[in-house]
Amino acid sequence: MSASARPVAPAASVTSGGRSMRVELTVNGAPVVAEVEPRTLLVHFLREVLGLTGTHIGCDTSNCGACTVHLDGKPVKSCTVLAVQVSGRQVRTVEGLEIGGKLSPVQEAFVEAHGLQCGFCTPGMMMTATELLSRNPNPSEPEVRDAIRGNLCRCTGYVNIVKAIQLAGAKIRSAAPSSGGKA
Amino acid sequence: MIPPEFEYYAPHSVDEAVSLLRRFDGEAKVLAGGHSLIPLMKLRLAQPRALVDINRIPNLAYIREEGGHLKIGAITRTGELLDSPLLRKSYPILTDAAQEIADPLVRNLGTVGGNVCHGDPGNDLPACMLALGAEVVAEGPKGPRTLAVSDFYRDTFVTALEPTEIVVEVRIPKVRPHQGNAYHKIEKRAGDFAMAGAAANLILDGSGRVESAGVALTGVGPTAILARPVAGALVGQAPDPSRLAHAAGLAESVAEPSTDLRGPIEYKRAMASVLTRRVLERALARAKGGG
Repeated sequence: MSASARPVAPAASVTSGGRSMRVELTVNGAPVVAEVEPRTLLVHFLREVLGLTGTHIGCDTSNCGACTVHLDGKPVKSCTVLAVQVSGRQVRTVEGLEIGGKLSPVQEAFVEAHGLQCGFCTPGMMMTATELLSRNPNPSEPEVRDAIRGNLCRCTGYVNIVKAIQLAGAKIRSAAPSSGGKA
Repeated sequence: MIPPEFEYYAPHSVDEAVSLLRRFDGEAKVLAGGHSLIPLMKLRLAQPRALVDINRIPNLAYIREEGGHLKIGAITRTGELLDSPLLRKSYPILTDAAQEIADPLVRNLGTVGGNVCHGDPGNDLPACMLALGAEVVAEGPKGPRTLAVSDFYRDTFVTALEPTEIVVEVRIPKVRPHQGNAYHKIEKRAGDFAMAGAAANLILDGSGRVESAGVALTGVGPTAILARPVAGALVGQAPDPSRLAHAAGLAESVAEPSTDLRGPIEYKRAMASVLTRRVLERALARAKGGG
């Protein structure tokens, strides 16, 4: 970013009358450079420009949390963030959870504890759970339920989602018994 | 839903931001956390020509006691209120409110300045700030000015802020001995706006009587409402349970709710008093060193 107020870039390659801007960010560890309209929402940028369709669009009104991604490590609802806002920042999506082609402890636990029914809310649930466990690898049930207040499961499969998150915590703790665990 | 087109600016200083707002002469909006503004733009309820993103301006996020005030920078995320040991110990009303604002994901972006100055009667911090006797510090073309929150809310989404001004700080009188405060709301669904909410701030004198009181309501009128008659019924009095109940009962007459999906008028009125009694009891317990 330059040190001064920056008007939108002159009309470049983009569509019908919309003026575009250059954004540079990191997505799942890889640098991304793109031209976007200022009104492009982060969730649309991830899904339609980068093809990362694991991040779902549910309510589109920042209620449901299906679009949850990490922005500089914190879970946020990407339907209510503009792509231009995240230029220069780090974004992590559900596609970025697996480590070296292997499912993360949270992903494994959602499989093993059947932490999903239709699966629509699952990416957002796992993003929120991953961040929770990075701060608190041994959350109580109320702590888990509080953390996922912003992620709605319309199948109402919360019992197994909570179990899955606690199981993931156990996996993380057993993998790093002395350090307190890092997801 | 995709918002209508707008120009986007990300200034690096408050002065630059103010000059951008001047340039667009009322047709630009400040983008802070965006969790009220972006949904309104998607719904075409707001169609600004330009957004001035203040997230890249340094030194606008802080929580600190300085001089006679607790000062909170405008871009402080509401989730950061919850993480502050200072607030938990000395200004627990803000911890209460932060716990009840939307959900943790929203709180990672939504800001204190935005919550306070957006003017939505369903936001939780305005009632807290009214109860605490807070002030808003705004920067504009004529320099900074300080506005009392009690004179800030004019109507739904209408405040005393000029379109060319930016809120940079919220200031709360520094906590005193024998002071206690609390906030609580009821919601229909997890993370929803309040059906009704109440904020109370009490300071006791050496004999245990109420020296000063601030009480305010969320979600039961066109703006957050300062419930002056409730506070008036407490000041100078011994805060025994019947006195608190009597004062809280006056909240019903201060509330101006309308019937909507969150409940009928009668219910919201009744809840204004019920919640006022609960937060007064909690504030009193905290003023006495408990709760």
